[in-house]
Amino acid sequence: MSAHPADALIPHTVEPHEVTGIPNPKFGIWLFLASEVMLFGALFSSYVLIRTQAPHWPPEGGLSSEILNVPLATVNTAVLITSSITMVLAWASCKLGRIDRFRLWMGATVALAFVFLIIKYFEYTHKFHDGHFPATNNFYAVYFTLTGLHGLHVIGGIIVNTFLLTVGTRLWKVDRDQFTNRVENAGLYWHFVDLVWIFLFPSLYLL
Amino acid sequence: MAETAEHSPEEFKKHLGKYYVVFVALLCLTAITVGVSYLHLNRPLAITVALIIATVKAGMVAGVFMHLISEKKVIYAVLILTAAFFLLVLLLPSLTTFESMAT
Repeated sequence: MSAHPADALIPHTVEPHEVTGIPNPKFGIWLFLASEVMLFGALFSSYVLIRTQAPHWPPEGGLSSEILNVPLATVNTAVLITSSITMVLAWASCKLGRIDRFRLWMGATVALAFVFLIIKYFEYTHKFHDGHFPATNNFYAVYFTLTGLHGLHVIGGIIVNTFLLTVGTRLWKVDRDQFTNRVENAGLYWHFVDLVWIFLFPSLYLL
Repeated sequence: MAETAEHSPEEFKKHLGKYYVVFVALLCLTAITVGVSYLHLNRPLAITVALIIATVKAGMVAGVFMHLISEKKVIYAVLILTAAFFLLVLLLPSLTTFESMAT
């Protein structure tokens, strides 16, 4: 165990806590994800309620898959899934002591997150161009709220992952295990963002 | 660190294979769920199929990418509690409208 000053300030960044059996940051990120489940859960619950009470869904008639762009969303699903495996490989590279490989995979993860947002930007601007806004009807309100909140989470992931890819990498030279744990925790968050999309995609676009 | 099951780099590399398997499976299931949507099944069946596929995909992401298959008890405890409250928040609003749905 190295005795650098940080150990005195924040205990159990690497060593498992005797009560939980895991390092504190990992416990923290899981508690955060639990609160995220409730955040998205409440909105998803609202969606179910609004939809089951609506005489027609979508209100303007037709099918969700005819109103929203299924091919673009399918590509975006593949983009997010791919970014999940590049994230796993970034963490695995740290485990194997390969910081060069980490940079490659983490760079790919951030790039794919941008691809997702660019595709989403085209979807949104197309809707705005056609005069469809969150206030248009319940269908668009639900669509923009859920995908918008998810998009904010993608931006959050980009910020954290870019930090780890740039100035955050300094920690690698000081404490490899702690840096690897940070990458793992950022990964847990990123996989959760992927997981939310896995449910949003079929329930908004396909059903 | 001594008591945790630390793998040697060679051993660790062997575990990487399962990530690629899950990756390919996730892409295939995405293709299936989109393909099924073009069949235009009746709504209850379509919802059931889509949600089953989404749950399987979510299970693979959580189990393998997020390492939930081999996690510590405390995380399972947190998630069981979360799942219970998630179900509550999902069902409660619908139950309050049950009467209006029946009429």
